[in-house]
Amino acid sequence: MGSNMAECHPVAFRWPMKAKLNGAKLVHVDPRFTRTSAMADLHVQIRAGSDIAFLGGLIHYVINSKRWNSDPFFREFAVNYTNAATIIGDDFKDTEELDGVFSGMVKFTEPTFWPYNGLEGRYDNASWAYKRGPKAPGPVTKDLIAKRAGPPFDDLVRSLKPGPAEKDPTLQNPHCVFQILKRHFARYTPEMVERVCGSPKDKFIKVAEMLLENSGRDRTSAFAYAVAWTQHTYGVQMISCCALLQLLLGNIGRPGAGVMALRGHAAIQGSTDVPTLYHSIHGYMNAPSALRPHETLRDYMAAETSPTSYYGNTPKFLVSYLKSMYGAAATAENDFGYDWHPKILGDHSHIASFAAMADGKVKGMCCVGQNPATSLNGGATRLAMRQLDWLVVKDNWLTETATHWYLGPEAKNGEVKVEDIKTEIFFFPSTQIAEYDGSFTNTQRMLQWHSFAAKAPGDCRTDSWFYHNLAKRLKKAYAGSKLARDQGWNNLSWDFDPDAGEEPLYPGEISARKVLREINGYQTADPKQHLKGFAELKDDGSTTCASWIYCGCYPAWDQNLTARREPDPPGVPGAHLKWGWAWPANRRVMYNRASADLKGNPWSERKRWVWWDPTFVNPPDPKTKKPVPKGKWVGYDVPDFGATKAPDAQPKPDGIGLDALSGTQPFIMRADGRGWLFVPAGLVDGPLPTHYEPHESPIQNPLYKQQTSPVHKVWAPGKPYNKLAAVGDPKFPYVISTYRLTEHYLAGAMSRWLPWLAELQPELFIELGHDLAKEKGIQNLDWVVVSSPRGHIRAKALVTHRIGVMHIAGKPIHHVGMPWHWGWMGLSTGDVVNDLTSWVGDPNVSIHEGKAFVCNVEKA
Amino acid sequence: MQVSRRDFLRLTASGGAGTAIGGLVGLGVTLAPATARAQELRIKDAKTTPSICPFCSVGCATLIHTVDGKIVNIEGDPRSPHNEGTLCPKGAAIYQLHMNPNRATKVLHRKPGAKDWDVVELEWAMDRVAELIKKTRDETFIEKLPNGKLVNMTPAMFALGGATLDNEFNHVCQKFWRGLGVVAIENQARI
Amino acid sequence: MPEPMGFFTDTTVCIGCKACEVACKEWNQLPAENGGVGELSGDSYDNTRKLDGIHWRHVRFIEQFKAPYDGRWLMMSDVCKHCVQAGCLEVCPTGAIIRTEFDTVVIQSDVCNGCRACIAACPFGVIDVNPVSGTAQKCTLCYDRLKVGLEPACSKACPTDSIQFGSIAELRTRARKRVDQLTAQGVKADLYGADPDGALGGLNSFYLLVDEPEVYGLPRHPQLPSRNLSKSATFSAASAAVLGVLALVGLRKRRMDEQSRGGGGAGNV
Repeated sequence: MGSNMAECHPVAFRWPMKAKLNGAKLVHVDPRFTRTSAMADLHVQIRAGSDIAFLGGLIHYVINSKRWNSDPFFREFAVNYTNAATIIGDDFKDTEELDGVFSGMVKFTEPTFWPYNGLEGRYDNASWAYKRGPKAPGPVTKDLIAKRAGPPFDDLVRSLKPGPAEKDPTLQNPHCVFQILKRHFARYTPEMVERVCGSPKDKFIKVAEMLLENSGRDRTSAFAYAVAWTQHTYGVQMISCCALLQLLLGNIGRPGAGVMALRGHAAIQGSTDVPTLYHSIHGYMNAPSALRPHETLRDYMAAETSPTSYYGNTPKFLVSYLKSMYGAAATAENDFGYDWHPKILGDHSHIASFAAMADGKVKGMCCVGQNPATSLNGGATRLAMRQLDWLVVKDNWLTETATHWYLGPEAKNGEVKVEDIKTEIFFFPSTQIAEYDGSFTNTQRMLQWHSFAAKAPGDCRTDSWFYHNLAKRLKKAYAGSKLARDQGWNNLSWDFDPDAGEEPLYPGEISARKVLREINGYQTADPKQHLKGFAELKDDGSTTCASWIYCGCYPAWDQNLTARREPDPPGVPGAHLKWGWAWPANRRVMYNRASADLKGNPWSERKRWVWWDPTFVNPPDPKTKKPVPKGKWVGYDVPDFGATKAPDAQPKPDGIGLDALSGTQPFIMRADGRGWLFVPAGLVDGPLPTHYEPHESPIQNPLYKQQTSPVHKVWAPGKPYNKLAAVGDPKFPYVISTYRLTEHYLAGAMSRWLPWLAELQPELFIELGHDLAKEKGIQNLDWVVVSSPRGHIRAKALVTHRIGVMHIAGKPIHHVGMPWHWGWMGLSTGDVVNDLTSWVGDPNVSIHEGKAFVCNVEKA
Repeated sequence: MQVSRRDFLRLTASGGAGTAIGGLVGLGVTLAPATARAQELRIKDAKTTPSICPFCSVGCATLIHTVDGKIVNIEGDPRSPHNEGTLCPKGAAIYQLHMNPNRATKVLHRKPGAKDWDVVELEWAMDRVAELIKKTRDETFIEKLPNGKLVNMTPAMFALGGATLDNEFNHVCQKFWRGLGVVAIENQARI
Repeated sequence: MPEPMGFFTDTTVCIGCKACEVACKEWNQLPAENGGVGELSGDSYDNTRKLDGIHWRHVRFIEQFKAPYDGRWLMMSDVCKHCVQAGCLEVCPTGAIIRTEFDTVVIQSDVCNGCRACIAACPFGVIDVNPVSGTAQKCTLCYDRLKVGLEPACSKACPTDSIQFGSIAELRTRARKRVDQLTAQGVKADLYGADPDGALGGLNSFYLLVDEPEVYGLPRHPQLPSRNLSKSATFSAASAAVLGVLALVGLRKRRMDEQSRGGGGAGNV
């Protein structure tokens, strides 16, 4: 669901196809019948944006099924490995009680210093918390902060430990998570699924039965999703809903199970881990923020550290990161330079930034390897860029973003005079993949190194070269400044020139290996002594490590594990641990402790992955030299658990981090070591997934009075460049999805210039059903005009039965779809489909709603 | 698991590092003298460099064949547990990302209000961009908010892109901008 | 001597990605039509439309739907059949077309004089002139790669192993097993060109189909154009006759294409 894997990840699709030849069943739930559907045992049509109703329906079906209630495996997994038994506080109110809203709804007021958060509302999540016993006595957090305790910061972390959560392993308590979710999804019946999603009831039941049959001790099922689950105003909740279902089915942390994110770019996982994203600093730590209690280093640690999970080590991650930023200048006395680190003012995400740019608040932009002129609400994006003082585009091809000012639709149709655009614009040509060294992190979290093979032509330089050489210039320009504001920059460590003996690939080029070494980390006193893994990190500044999660990819100065290319020999059911390096700790299946039962034995022989070997003789502890009792986690993968922590190990009463968890709590990144069916904290839009309508929808929400997510984002509300359609607007009666094709790549810069790819899909098209075509008098290949409240574009019609009408809440709703690869540059050109999309999005992650909105279609 | 002929051909074809053709042994066929002329093998004596496909996130491994520093062929690396030598049409077209007359190779500059580009020197353009970044930073830097919170940042510059680029680029990019106090750093993960 | 080698294309696992088309072009350095600038064909996702001198692989898309979401989408990667009895080879006046030690059929570009006889002689419409070389061209089954033990570019690239390369004997065994597997699942599947006693002595590129051959644009009874010719005929007479027969084949093929676009029907050509 939420993915067109055969078309968008064709080579990954090799493996489901292999599984299918071995008897696996493949189901595709999608608004279109795609090349993935063509390969599936079952395709089920679904209205774009209604996935939570479908998944919620599966949850309802599963927990009320005979199989789930009779096979003890499911209950054993749920009671022990999830928070099903945990009791939620008495104040919690569900959407069933408040007609689509959870308890804790408050008004959101935009801060005057950065009014770009776009939130429609806000939840105070106090009432979603676990019901807890009294907190253990001990030092108080705020006192420790006041007296600047630490390093070490263990006392500070310990002071954050809450009282023990209450549980009911019988799952009978009406306030336990299981009973809450049972009530929450009670109305998500097969009939309701058909009504909300347009998915035929019999097909839906078939999916549910297939899932049940293929889950259990002996079998697992996996879900694959992509941006069709992220590009919504409730995208995070869709994924969360799937995780909930998979936890109930025992399909997490086991081989052939899970919720697989199929990401879109070669390094999109890497650029999330190594975050060129505003909200996060390395290794998924939240960016210090003016909207959170992040005033000082210790405030940040207190606010961000989860004391009873592996995140209890956050002070070590943070201090080691600050050391990588400010080097020798980062000391315990100056809180490792924490004050120099910038704080965010609120939402500075993609859309928020363009909204601020349109208001003249963003003056300069550097765009490297991205093409926003054809992205989200393209007209508004280009309008925003025309307000810039300066714009730098660095790319392999002259993109739409580089040329929007004289070739964009506004320039072409005379709406904008080129000479009126005051922006100073630069274009720098880039190298291609074969022309430099570096690593990508793929969708499996695996880092793989690629090597230089050939020189780039002309002035093409690597993108790292660009920032490296700007940094050198700016270091010079600020040298000697005594201003407080310049001290962070002047103290920033910047040492990426190749060492003596390593030839730069281009004049002034960085050493990519040196960059990866800084990401991996080393002993501060001796950079040649690399850290072998994140267990070595310290919170006193003695270790320097940009990214704790990447720690171990370069465990010795001359050992770049990302460059390994040694597959397992044929016939070994292995994880190919010597091919590349996957974070964390080269682990291939996360939370894999869950692949074994409570006692540490594999759930079944067939699904053996990681297990406890009680006979394993351990060497003495290398640090303390003390003997270690027998027993170790072993298997095909790197165990995601304390290596010698026995299944019967009990939490230490005073323990922090993993010491606070027992030997049967596999989800070591969660504060209670359990998979969360109910999310007490961390999501801004509710603890349980709930069906809402897309911001633009042809119908009223059939399930609740609340139409849309009550806290979703609308940026630039009321602005003429972000007009939105009202519910059921007769001017825009059709549901539209945007999508990708195998033959092109994203915004097209990397495919529309390639003759071999351009000839395969030479022009933009709209796919529409025969019924709609007939109604509108549209023939195959006719030019049509597609419009939304933001704009209108032209495309050729591809009339097909692979998309069409669905009956939603008793109303026939036509679906249409458009691939969005086009723009005006390249060998294959076409209108910008994103000129139709809007600036509305998910409140957790600020992703836009590109998969479900409304439009009109007319013959041109 | 049996190794099929096909797997075998893939494996032998991968050879090791060094030359493109790893070996012809074990084909189970006698390679009799050719009865007809075949086109000279393009990757004969080519150097093989391991690489990764730059398109989607699957991370297919490729082998780049170069002769005298010039790319002559790019195909899947049969050793990879991800792709086992296979590629999609985009992966199969990586050669054309490189060997393509449409490639941009010059630095371009557009003055405010100008109707067209000027071709400029790389070093000049770098100097000018550094100058603009400094100017904007100095004019817009916020040390403290009106409520007294220390933020040491500027919201007036926006860095976009990174998901198609290397981890190392992303590190350098985010460190550069955060070092300067710029927080609006984004990439395609958000879209 | 090496065994006969070829392709088995299992159309039931073809995802229509066209990696084969591009991998073929990459290895053989074939240009795109009109430099890559083209128009939407409107025929499902097929925009290259046919096999010719610069498209040695071609993926066909067949939409078979009764109503919205109710039907199937067939895909097939097509290529030169490397016929055991190859019409093109028989009619080539210059001897440019040869049978290799792998039992494949290869046009030697440097011997071809561009007379086009082979184009007309092919019952599958595989061959055409490559405008760059000015000679007749088609799939060589990567003869240059085979000679050094490398798998052909297209089958190597194919992500789902729809195109399988190997010895014909082994491929036929594998193909029959796959037919049995599909039959057991209730899918009607047949092999096309796998029978050594069938048309043209068997095809060294054969297919597993789930519908009539015509649906995929394949002739039900492909014929050797020279079959009706007297062996003693003079060369010029033979050429003339061939051209006559071939006009007919071309006509039949067009008719077949029309039928297949109409959604099937078992025309007996």
